[in-house]
Amino acid sequence: MKAMTVTTASATAVSSTDLAAVDLDGVVKRFGAVTAVDGISLRIRPGEVVALLGPNGAGKTTTVDMLLGLQHPDAGKVSVYGRAPHDAVALGLVSAVMQSGGLLKDYTVAETVRLTAVLFGRPRSAADEAVERAGLSEVAGRLVGKCSGGQQQRLRFAMALLPDPELLILDEPTTGMDVAGRHDFWTAIRDDARRGRTVIFATHYLEEADAYADRVVFVRRGRVVADGTAAEVKALASGRTVRATLPGAVEADLARVEGVDRAEVRGDTVLLHGNDTDAIARWLLTRTPARDLEITSRNLEDAFLALTSDEEPS
Amino acid sequence: MSTTTATVLPVRTLPRFGGFTAGMIGLELRRMMRNRRTVIFTFIMPAVFFLLFGTSGDYRTERLGGGNVTGYVLVSMAVYGAMLATTSGGAMVSIERAAGWSRQLRLTPLKPVAYIAVKLVLAMIIGAVSVAVAFVVGAFAGAELPAYAWVACGLLGWVCALVFAAFGLFMGYLLPSENVMQILGPVLAILSFAGGLFVPVDELGHTFATIAKFTPVYGVGEIARYPLTHDGNLWLAAVNVIAWTAVFAAGAMWRFRRDTARV
Repeated sequence: MKAMTVTTASATAVSSTDLAAVDLDGVVKRFGAVTAVDGISLRIRPGEVVALLGPNGAGKTTTVDMLLGLQHPDAGKVSVYGRAPHDAVALGLVSAVMQSGGLLKDYTVAETVRLTAVLFGRPRSAADEAVERAGLSEVAGRLVGKCSGGQQQRLRFAMALLPDPELLILDEPTTGMDVAGRHDFWTAIRDDARRGRTVIFATHYLEEADAYADRVVFVRRGRVVADGTAAEVKALASGRTVRATLPGAVEADLARVEGVDRAEVRGDTVLLHGNDTDAIARWLLTRTPARDLEITSRNLEDAFLALTSDEEPS
Repeated sequence: MSTTTATVLPVRTLPRFGGFTAGMIGLELRRMMRNRRTVIFTFIMPAVFFLLFGTSGDYRTERLGGGNVTGYVLVSMAVYGAMLATTSGGAMVSIERAAGWSRQLRLTPLKPVAYIAVKLVLAMIIGAVSVAVAFVVGAFAGAELPAYAWVACGLLGWVCALVFAAFGLFMGYLLPSENVMQILGPVLAILSFAGGLFVPVDELGHTFATIAKFTPVYGVGEIARYPLTHDGNLWLAAVNVIAWTAVFAAGAMWRFRRDTARV
């Protein structure tokens, strides 16, 4: 038995096919006078784990609805695994876990999953497996209305995973989970992604986006304002700081170095702030006797605030 | 041994008939039977009404057609039960929309038209059960009908109750309430009075008797009782049923289209 190959279809791997998991091309959606989505273009590769961030009303939900075929764009094109969203949904290529609702309280847990299996043309054994995998065996016979919020959320997951979708869309997936629950949840999601499942999640927990997403997409006022790895987005929004030990440095000289926005000298320690910290670090290591280099970024929350505030980020 | 390439997608197929399956109907039936209110409303209440209003000594002895007045009341009450059952079957969509279930179903291969078809089949199944329960109670409680009328009255009442399945669907899409049957129950009772189901239209006076002929319950009652009474204008009744079915079905389609466009 060989260990699992590390070359997953993650952000760095070159996919052997051009087929994007998600392809949004200049998508616009208006509701009356309000433009909820204002020209979003986004390509997501199979196996990517993408966090969708943005303030309320930024257009995240509308974007997700269009991916699921629940809304139709007024302009632009949406395709999911090369198909129209609704066809992709019907084929079980894409499924979603919504934060609330979507359950009938007078069905039992097992019946709810069984109905989903019936609709997707899966055998009853698939439903039983899904119940077990979701850790719901003990409450299988319980009415959904009598289940706790956490159990209902697991039920939504069991339903979403039943068609074994290529793309899973999650809306605030860990709301209400405790720390251990969240950790287990993300471990499971990362395992799925390693096997090729594409995951898009909208979240307010910025540290989750930071820790678990291959890619972070910031949406604001219906547009993508930042798109990259969490590290890139953080750097883009607020720059990073290179800290090094460099005795005898002069602040004014350092500030003139290319890429440095701001320099600070504290004794033997220098702090250089800028967007392209890689270049700054390279300069320090090749042109100066600097040592003990450390590159730190501000956290994603700062980036979030910078990117979603009304002022344009400087 | 296995290659774990993410790009090999398994073959995926769509279900036949847009997701209209016996499996779904079975699960939905089970859920409906779990709802005590539905069971009492649609199965027990019409039979109880029959026992209260149709089984007095006079009614049992008074002959009518090939049977007795008790049998006449029984057919009316069976129609009433079928109406309640089919209406509440159709009105289920209201609760399901309120719970976000309709939206959840949009994330499955189930086609909206197949969903409606499932609801109609369910409405007709519980309508049939309602008629059967009433007839069994009636048979033991002194209702007399000619043998063929037992079958014909039951079948006609049941089939014509389709108009109320359409009515229930229309109302289910129109009313956002979770307790849509609490509104529709009294409405059906009023319509039943107006349509001569509880009291023969002749006893309502000339004006009301004329109005009655245009209300949606009238046609169903007339047709269902015809095998027993051989009385009344069957054509007029048929026009009534067809016209109201068309009105309610058109209304349901109109709301249904709006609903699927938006959700």
